[in-house]
Amino acid sequence: MNMDGTIPVGISDYKTSRSPDTLVTYALGSCVGISLYDPRTKIGGLSHIMLPSSLMRNGKPIDDRMKYADTAIEDMFREMLLLGARRDTIMAKIAGGANMFHFTENSLVDTIGDRNIDAVHAELSRLCIPLVGEDVGENYGRTVYFNLGDGKLKVQSIGKNMNEL
Amino acid sequence: MINSYGELSDTHIDVLREIGNIGAGNAATSLSVLLDESVNISIPRVVIEDYNGVVQTIGATEELAIAILINFSGDVRGMVLFLLAFDDAKEIAQMLVGVEEGDDIGLSEMKISAIKEIGNILGSAYLGSIGTLTGLTFDISVPYAAIDMVGALMSAPMVEFSVDNTKILFIEESFSMETKSLRSHVILFADIPSLNKIMEKLGL
Repeated sequence: MNMDGTIPVGISDYKTSRSPDTLVTYALGSCVGISLYDPRTKIGGLSHIMLPSSLMRNGKPIDDRMKYADTAIEDMFREMLLLGARRDTIMAKIAGGANMFHFTENSLVDTIGDRNIDAVHAELSRLCIPLVGEDVGENYGRTVYFNLGDGKLKVQSIGKNMNEL
Repeated sequence: MINSYGELSDTHIDVLREIGNIGAGNAATSLSVLLDESVNISIPRVVIEDYNGVVQTIGATEELAIAILINFSGDVRGMVLFLLAFDDAKEIAQMLVGVEEGDDIGLSEMKISAIKEIGNILGSAYLGSIGTLTGLTFDISVPYAAIDMVGALMSAPMVEFSVDNTKILFIEESFSMETKSLRSHVILFADIPSLNKIMEKLGL
């Protein structure tokens, strides 16, 4: 736990908890932060994925399920259900997926932000989780604070006002 | 042949440190000519860390910084990242371009270009040494610049190398100047096939 009582979520990591905790993940670049929240039980989770798909491993065993959109979101969703969250009231808000450097050549990082966002959208729709807010894309980093008391996702970027989803 | 960064021996690590030393030495010479100041370099560190450790090694995750990124590909592929705290970037830019109106607010386009050029010269000097040392050839991209939180800037090279590795390897050194206490980092990222080629060329 951080000094201010918030619970940090690392890169390629997720945490679940309940009200009144606040989960935080720092400096999302092309990575995407996915918050899931059940307003009835006030149980929520925050995930910080790096890559869109575990299929990028090309058949090798998955090294870390928390790294990929297609594995991390489902695992976190199931963990919330085990904590007592209701499947049919869980909703999602997401932030991140920036293109930090404007590459003009072919590189994985060239398009990874957009591909991460698309993969998260696809995964949420596969799990029938409605997406109720997002602050994604562009070319700047984001730190997100996820308040499990009210389900608000605060997005902080350098030189911009706090965006509340 | 190694299959993961964890298999690198002490000898391998020493070689990487020496590559960093020679590369950064050339880069420091270029920088000192450009700034007309003597520039010191630290002993290079070879860092193998998980994703979260990588950012903590460099500094505070949310600290404002400017990064110049250069891709290289060919016989070997990787990235060189030149990272500079934002306030230090302002000072270096003033040494090159002079004091301008609006300096208290941020960096002008001209100053960003100047920093980009420094990153380009440093990165090219660094990569040139690797080419000379190993005889490997590769193309170097134009420099790309971004100003943001250190963590968000570092995530670009990390993502590039994260598909096959749960850890990231990089060689890092910091530069400082005699009359000013500016510090910057040059960080070299390379993937495992590239490391194997470098080691093979050096007879290891």
